[in-house]
Amino acid sequence: MIDTLIDITLLVFLTTTAIAIINIRNLFVIVMLFGIFSLHSAGLFVVMDAADVAFTEAAVGAGISSVLMLATLALMKEHNEKKPAHRARIPLLVVLITGAALVYGTYDIPSFGDPDAPAQQHLKQRYIEKSMQEIGVPNTVTAVLASYRGYDTLGEVIVIFTAGIGVMLLIGGRLKHRKKQDKS
Amino acid sequence: MKHNLILRVIVKYLFPVIALFAFYVQFHGDYGPGGGFQAGVILSVAFIFYALVFGLKTIEDVMPPEALRIFASTGILIYAGTGITTMLMGGNFLDYDLLSSIKPTDGQHLGIMLIELGVGITVSAVMLMMFYAFASKGRK
Repeated sequence: MIDTLIDITLLVFLTTTAIAIINIRNLFVIVMLFGIFSLHSAGLFVVMDAADVAFTEAAVGAGISSVLMLATLALMKEHNEKKPAHRARIPLLVVLITGAALVYGTYDIPSFGDPDAPAQQHLKQRYIEKSMQEIGVPNTVTAVLASYRGYDTLGEVIVIFTAGIGVMLLIGGRLKHRKKQDKS
Repeated sequence: MKHNLILRVIVKYLFPVIALFAFYVQFHGDYGPGGGFQAGVILSVAFIFYALVFGLKTIEDVMPPEALRIFASTGILIYAGTGITTMLMGGNFLDYDLLSSIKPTDGQHLGIMLIELGVGITVSAVMLMMFYAFASKGRK
């Protein structure tokens, strides 16, 4: 009961924030609202008992990405988005149809937490039954992430590393600049 | 934000708390929510928070950008190195069972701790690297 109430409240906040993001033209306000949006989704993840995901969402979505967007904003001169010249009728139609199709699709999805759902059937049971014996780590998420799926996590870390290299190549390269300034 | 006294005082108190929390998340990931990724982000948030109030220069003296590049690659080396070690010990890549000769689950604990450490180091270094890249761009 209380879960449903919290869910509804958070979803209302989420929708309100999303609508506000669409309507507001000031980029600074939008960045702040994005952070609030992330915080609300983190709250939703907690209600769904996905504490690890909520943690990541709160730290990355509400924390780091807001700061990075603010840092980008600080580099820009214009802080207001331009008003579009015409109303976007056709995109609105496309979005409405797609949204309706997605909502229609949810009727075929097994309900939340359904034990007969395909996702709960195969590997998950094995992880829950055997991970304590095989890995000996109480947090099954960590056991799956770091041990059963160690390869995947290595790939993820390399993706983050590559992203960092990309940023350094595109807008970094301060090392050379500073050395030149020191000489002159 | 250099003249804002309240912020300056609060950041000084909060920095160690945030950093300590990051280490808690890092090493408690086996038992509770969290792990290397979250811990890395939280640790870099502590540094970014400090840099936002005291300026980039002060934090660069503690954590120079050159060191960050080394840290970012060290993390991946620890991770992949753990995998290579288990291969050298005669198992599969990232098969932590072999890391302990007494009990396989001990090896799993050690292996998970090592790779989480690698993840944490890389993630925190890359996040800070990105922040430095953006923040130093506007400074002429």
